[in-house]
Amino acid sequence: MAARLLFGGFLCLVLLAPQVASEFHVTLLNYIGLYAIVALGLVLLTGVGGLTSFGQAAFVGLGAYTTGYLSTAENLPPWLAVFGGSPWMGLLAGLLLTAAVAFVLGLLTLRLSGHYLPLGTIAWGISLYFLFGNLEFLGGHTGMSGIPALSLFGVELRDGRIYYYAIWAVLLGAVWLTRNLLDSREGRAIRALKGGVVMAEAMGVDTARSKVVIFLVAALFASISGWLYAHLQRFVNPTPFGLAIGIEYLFMAVVGGAAHVWGALIGAGLITILKQWLQDWLPKLLGASGNFEVIFFGVMMIFVLQRARDGLWPILTRLMPLRQVQRAVPQGAALPKKPVPAAGQVLLEARNVVKRFGGLVANNNMNLTVKAGEVMALIGPNGAGKSTMFNCISGVDSATEGEVLFCGQAVTGLNSRQIARLGMSRTFQHVRLLPTMTVLENVAIGGHLRGSKGVLPAMLHLERAEELRLLAEAARQVERVGLKDSMFELAGSLALGQQRTLEIARALCADPCLLLLDEPAAGLRYMEKQALADLLRKLRGEGMGILLVEHDMDFVMGLADRVVVMEFGEKIAEGLPEEVQRDPAVLEAYLGGVD
Amino acid sequence: MDLQIALLLGQDGITNGAIYALLSLALVLVFAVTRVIFIPQGEFVAFGALTLASFQAGKTPGTLWLLIGAGVVVALIDLTLAVRSGMARKIPRIVGWNLIYPAAAAAAVFLLKPSEFPLLLQIVLALALVVPLGPMIYRLAFQPVAEASVLVLLIVSVAVHLALVGLGLLFFGAEGSRTPAFSEVSFDLGLVRVTGQTLWVMGASLLQIVVLALFFERTIYGKALRATAMNRTGARLMGISTVMAGKLSFLLAALIGAFSGILIAPITTVYYDTGFLIGLKGFVGAIVGGLASYPIAAAGAVLVGLLEAFSSFWASAFKEVIVFTLIIPVLVWRSLTTRHVEEDE
Repeated sequence: MAARLLFGGFLCLVLLAPQVASEFHVTLLNYIGLYAIVALGLVLLTGVGGLTSFGQAAFVGLGAYTTGYLSTAENLPPWLAVFGGSPWMGLLAGLLLTAAVAFVLGLLTLRLSGHYLPLGTIAWGISLYFLFGNLEFLGGHTGMSGIPALSLFGVELRDGRIYYYAIWAVLLGAVWLTRNLLDSREGRAIRALKGGVVMAEAMGVDTARSKVVIFLVAALFASISGWLYAHLQRFVNPTPFGLAIGIEYLFMAVVGGAAHVWGALIGAGLITILKQWLQDWLPKLLGASGNFEVIFFGVMMIFVLQRARDGLWPILTRLMPLRQVQRAVPQGAALPKKPVPAAGQVLLEARNVVKRFGGLVANNNMNLTVKAGEVMALIGPNGAGKSTMFNCISGVDSATEGEVLFCGQAVTGLNSRQIARLGMSRTFQHVRLLPTMTVLENVAIGGHLRGSKGVLPAMLHLERAEELRLLAEAARQVERVGLKDSMFELAGSLALGQQRTLEIARALCADPCLLLLDEPAAGLRYMEKQALADLLRKLRGEGMGILLVEHDMDFVMGLADRVVVMEFGEKIAEGLPEEVQRDPAVLEAYLGGVD
Repeated sequence: MDLQIALLLGQDGITNGAIYALLSLALVLVFAVTRVIFIPQGEFVAFGALTLASFQAGKTPGTLWLLIGAGVVVALIDLTLAVRSGMARKIPRIVGWNLIYPAAAAAAVFLLKPSEFPLLLQIVLALALVVPLGPMIYRLAFQPVAEASVLVLLIVSVAVHLALVGLGLLFFGAEGSRTPAFSEVSFDLGLVRVTGQTLWVMGASLLQIVVLALFFERTIYGKALRATAMNRTGARLMGISTVMAGKLSFLLAALIGAFSGILIAPITTVYYDTGFLIGLKGFVGAIVGGLASYPIAAAGAVLVGLLEAFSSFWASAFKEVIVFTLIIPVLVWRSLTTRHVEEDE
């Protein structure tokens, strides 16, 4: 309620501002709006997706120059003539061109890992800037003038006070689209990019595609901002599209709070106002002319990153009595389920799997099978190669030699995403979840492959029916593993044992026929272990195959139908739990030899 | 293009390439030891050249004020920390390096007349002013976030670059400067005229590379840096201070940067913001070497110099476009050949 009131107040302010503010302040607000649109793209790209770009200003330039050229050029080549004459066609052309350029750059640079990507953005940021300045038909370094004003329903938007509404309508629209996107199936996939790529891939998320999506969205936001800028200024030259401004956009996002949509607005507002103010005062103070505000921004940025890395928005929200948490458990019709394989049918067969890391043989000639409706336990001392075996089976890593068959199909060489699609789901020994998302959202990532609606419906919130069914399914799984009471808590706030349980719920949300559990009982208390064993028995009863790595022998022996024992990467025993317990090789592996 | 022009461009390219190679070595060094992508490297180039030019013009270089200011801030922070943690024995060292040293430098600038010094002494004094800024910047900007992710360090790095460019404009103004050549000799070698400065640049670059190699192979500090680069935690367990390693690598980078600036100042006019593009070209070289291999980085940098020289002949307006677009395929190749391990945050 308080949040609604606050937002309503903010809207009123936005609506009234140009009526009361002076000419100068309206202009300032116009620029804040323009910059915030670009910064918003960076929130999505950098703050949420973890991909840093210093080159957004170049995309702003693409949008501005496209409409500038098309609406002023005298003799357009015939194939471009369609786009000439109208700023609206300029917008369309700008978006198309930006999308094409961003797509190519994205394909090239998004493959870059870690720090190579931002370096790449610096490179194309500089390249495009010099290109704008050196192309004859774009007016070179002097630029292009005489760009017509926008007109809407026959009204020319020449007055800054009226143009203000255009800018802020676009900004608020972009905020709405971004928020919708983040609050969706695609949005959860995007939020997993930062620190959860391995997990998301294992849940069937195409993370490379998600990266391209946010890169495109951020570039298109920048392009629209450029288009608005060109028709506001009615003049463009290369200066506002250089690397320095690209860096400034990133600063706006980081200072405001890179992980929050409103952070973009706060950051853009703060930096724009400060810049205006510093540009007025610093030259007087220092007795020389020049862009001395960069000194201040540089120092401020260092300070922000040292002291408040999450930016200003989280600090502001702490001051406001806002924290409302969704409490209603989502209700919705069940999602379709895959047919359950007949009990006893072989689900998984690993044949002579070898995995080498350099000279180290982590798995040597490993064979094992898992049937539908049984619990197979893989045990062995620490370092025996159990988790490596898991990774080879689930496609997180690939086997050096040998073959893995899943449901009769060879899956050797497939990646974890493709294997997840076939109906295998897993948990991780070292818990991999997204600590800043709620338990429910984390579990819903497991259901990624059970939804199909893409980015556009998500941005327009046209996928609410499917989303509700997904969340309802996630809620059912949360309840099933006994985490109902913490459904809306942040996953990072759970105890380790509960986080492991959460991973099981996430795996179940994928509707698997084979479940791979890596040490699910570690960190659980006695009663919780009992509950987990009951759950696994129930799943087995429903016909699911379960492959389990576990160190708790009471847990394993009471639950498993068959046991495989590994030591030093090799299988040393296989059989019923009681046989294995008597096996001399196993006793020696666990207890040491008796000489 | 005839052979003479080709040779001339080649000479140009190799001269610039030698500078880029030096810078790329410093970048590889800083990245390996601290994981900082050292964007402000270029500012040290400009500061070195412009400080020397200020001496020759009989002006007080602004870098002196920066040295004093940074020294005071570092001293304030470190003294507070030392007093709070009861480490009184650290105090003389802190005061010595951060307060007395800048004061001594100021005395040298004001009491002696650097404009009348011989060139060599001017160079030494310029280096004495600029180089200590390296470790001070490490202390102020990077040490508090030393364990942060590479991306955070990169943004800090860009922020430091911005602040230093702004300060450069404040100290030295918008006009560029050129310094006289180290030697006026020039002789004809076949078709080409080779100038003394070109030989100086190549000789000095080569010498620095050899000295660096010896430093890493033969000295205990060089080995400490290499150990830190290979395994930070392991090095720390062996008693190597990562703070010391960070400061030392920044000191070396600042030295290489400032000296490179002094080397090129007679060849090209240096402005307060010239360093950035020069630094970035060293960067392209460093990236060719994957920020890990010194010889490949140096070779890549020379290649960049040649590419730049030849593209300035064929399409001079698009020189920068060509050089910086080249980096993208190189980056793609690099990230395809290195296996990426997800960086957990």
